[in-house]
Amino acid sequence: MKEATTGPVRDTGQGEPVATGSAPTGPVVAIPKQGKRKSVGRAGYAAWLMLLPALAVYIGFVIFPMLMGLQYSFYDWNGVGASTFVGIANYTEVLTNPVLLGSILNAITLIIFFTLIPIGTGLMLASLIRSMRQGPAASAAQTILFLPQIVPLAAAGIAWAWMYAQTGTVNQFLNAIGLGGITRSWLADYNTALPAVGLIGSWVLTGLCTVLLLTGIGKIDSSLYEAVRLDGAGWWREFFTVTLPGLKQEIAVLATLTIIAALSSFDIVYTSTQGGPGRATLVPGISIFRIGFTQSDVGLASAFGMVLMVIVLLVVLPIQRLSKVND
Amino acid sequence: MNSPLRRPGRRRPVAVVAFMAAAGFALAGCAPGGSAPSDEDASAAAAVEVNTELTTEEVTLTIADETGFPVTDVLAEEFTKQHPNVTFEITRDTFQNLTANAPRLLAGDNPPDLIRLPTIGEAANDGLLANLDPYAEAYGWDAWPETQLSPLRMNDEGTRGSGPLYQVGLGYSITGIYMNTAIAEELGIDGPPQTMAELEEDLATAKEAGEIPIMAGDQDGVVNFVVQAAMNQYADKDEFLSWMFNEPGSSYNTEGNIQGAELIRDWADAGYFPEDINAVDYFTFVTRFSEGEGLFAFNGNWEAANYQEALGDDVEFFLVPPVEEGGDHVAMGAANSFSVAAGSDDLDTTAYFLDWIHTDPAARQIITDVTGASPGGDPALEQPTVEEGSLIANALEMAAQIGEENGQVDFMSNTTAGIYAGAIIPESQLLVTSMITGEEFVTRVQEFYENEVGE
Repeated sequence: MKEATTGPVRDTGQGEPVATGSAPTGPVVAIPKQGKRKSVGRAGYAAWLMLLPALAVYIGFVIFPMLMGLQYSFYDWNGVGASTFVGIANYTEVLTNPVLLGSILNAITLIIFFTLIPIGTGLMLASLIRSMRQGPAASAAQTILFLPQIVPLAAAGIAWAWMYAQTGTVNQFLNAIGLGGITRSWLADYNTALPAVGLIGSWVLTGLCTVLLLTGIGKIDSSLYEAVRLDGAGWWREFFTVTLPGLKQEIAVLATLTIIAALSSFDIVYTSTQGGPGRATLVPGISIFRIGFTQSDVGLASAFGMVLMVIVLLVVLPIQRLSKVND
Repeated sequence: MNSPLRRPGRRRPVAVVAFMAAAGFALAGCAPGGSAPSDEDASAAAAVEVNTELTTEEVTLTIADETGFPVTDVLAEEFTKQHPNVTFEITRDTFQNLTANAPRLLAGDNPPDLIRLPTIGEAANDGLLANLDPYAEAYGWDAWPETQLSPLRMNDEGTRGSGPLYQVGLGYSITGIYMNTAIAEELGIDGPPQTMAELEEDLATAKEAGEIPIMAGDQDGVVNFVVQAAMNQYADKDEFLSWMFNEPGSSYNTEGNIQGAELIRDWADAGYFPEDINAVDYFTFVTRFSEGEGLFAFNGNWEAANYQEALGDDVEFFLVPPVEEGGDHVAMGAANSFSVAAGSDDLDTTAYFLDWIHTDPAARQIITDVTGASPGGDPALEQPTVEEGSLIANALEMAAQIGEENGQVDFMSNTTAGIYAGAIIPESQLLVTSMITGEEFVTRVQEFYENEVGE
């Protein structure tokens, strides 16, 4: 565990995380590493007691359903009637059915739009806002950028579907600036549907990324900026030497959150394209919903859910590891 | 915010062990779900005691219906007016949510007495639906045309068309072509096409004049009214129906279906559909035709009142023409089907209500006024009164003609629970934008069907 310092740890190493584990924030349960083992019994007792309500909810609504899902995934079951044990047949189906595999591929493509674009844009915006003078303009910018985050994803999907329509705002804008030649119904075109859906995600998530990164920047010791300025560094140099390394933790958190959002996306796709045209925007979330609730094949849907969970873990765990290397 | 991600790694093995232990425990438990209904249950259903006298006690019937279809409200109000001791509690949900939740609603402790259910599906074999045969016998529903009731029957192998009656319709729909006569006149088209060839001529005329020949949408699959309409004219009707009823060995991959699908591909190639068809949903499709866009729209009687209101006298409704002049017509039509929960507390009252809907003049009038559909039931009964020359009047005539020619088929989207969203919609999106051939369309839908049914 880290010491309970309030100031950032100064590190001279090039590119080293500066405010490592910044935010030794309030409710960190600072269990001392050694000694006091004896008192653990009683304190632990009280701690468990206090954890109990939360633990019960967690087990009841997260662990238990997950185990049920795992169990269902080995059965052929319509959700109501009798079930038959089918071993790993559902998993074989998930891993061999080209339609289901295609939907996984689409979800992976969405990572570009849900993760890379929002974090990239967020980094730019955050460092730009940081260089703005503190004042109404900066906080207005923050608020405006954060606004999309409070729009429910389902509503964002519907609103953007209208904007992407043949006569929607996107095409009106393109016509106005003389790009009438490329207008189309963006969600109906096989090549543009997935990027168009992805950009809705970018729009929603950029605000979150910007605000979180801005908070992170605020915790970077300003003397580092001064130092790098004295050395004659420009904006880019400053960005890569101070800002980016200082934000490693935040970026890891955001990458985790947004990758999960991409891989398990459902609402945006459901309200904008429902997976079409053809299967151009079909994602696992939609497939699982349809298999489980329309086709009433709960076993296959559960198996696909399990596979999706494993994929999410496979992608997200290395990010966790990477962010910890220099702790 | 960063604490969950900084969970000390050393705890993980404990968590994993706990997880595995719990998983093992869960897996060792019994299989999910109930047991298959035994023969005893089945015979119990058959031995149900039927009482056709309406109860005099205070009864509240519950109905689970979809949003946007107020006919149950109006019927319930009228029934309570006639029989004040029976009141109704109607809950509504969107069509998709309702159908997705139906099995769980029916299996619950307090199932709705009456539920809107597009397909019987597995609900019947799980013993969730009441067998209505004893009531059909008691009330004399055998006087109804068999084509009306057979899609609502399902045998214990899961094949529709025969077996116990599990549903009845609150109105029986019919589909056809709406034609914007204002556009038609401009183009010199003087009346409904009498053959498929004439229809194609009209389409070409409209295209040449810069009109959209067929207003259609396929974001949510509505273009399949057109796709199936084309197939209906070439396919062997009984063969097609046997597939929709899931008869073992039946296939979608027939010569007639391919011919129909290839025709759609030709129409797509010729640009007869709106360019952004895959972004047009049902609502947009209806609105655009109502606003005067498109010469033809393939749709059902349920939009008759809306189109009439929007287009006034500039619209006509007729059956899809056959291939040969004077040939028999084939059209999709189906019951606005409702099932009675096996667990209903008031089977007798619910069945009485259903019979009343098919026989009471006021109820029959409500069905037609509100839905534009035929009330069905005994053909000898008086038909509801409608304004002469109106689209609803057209619709009733069309329904009668299809009845006479015995040309009604079900909607292919009702074939299985998953086929519409899982295959027909995505593949038709490819077909109407010329990405696949008609043959590919038919083959792929059949593949999905085999996968879903063959389990």
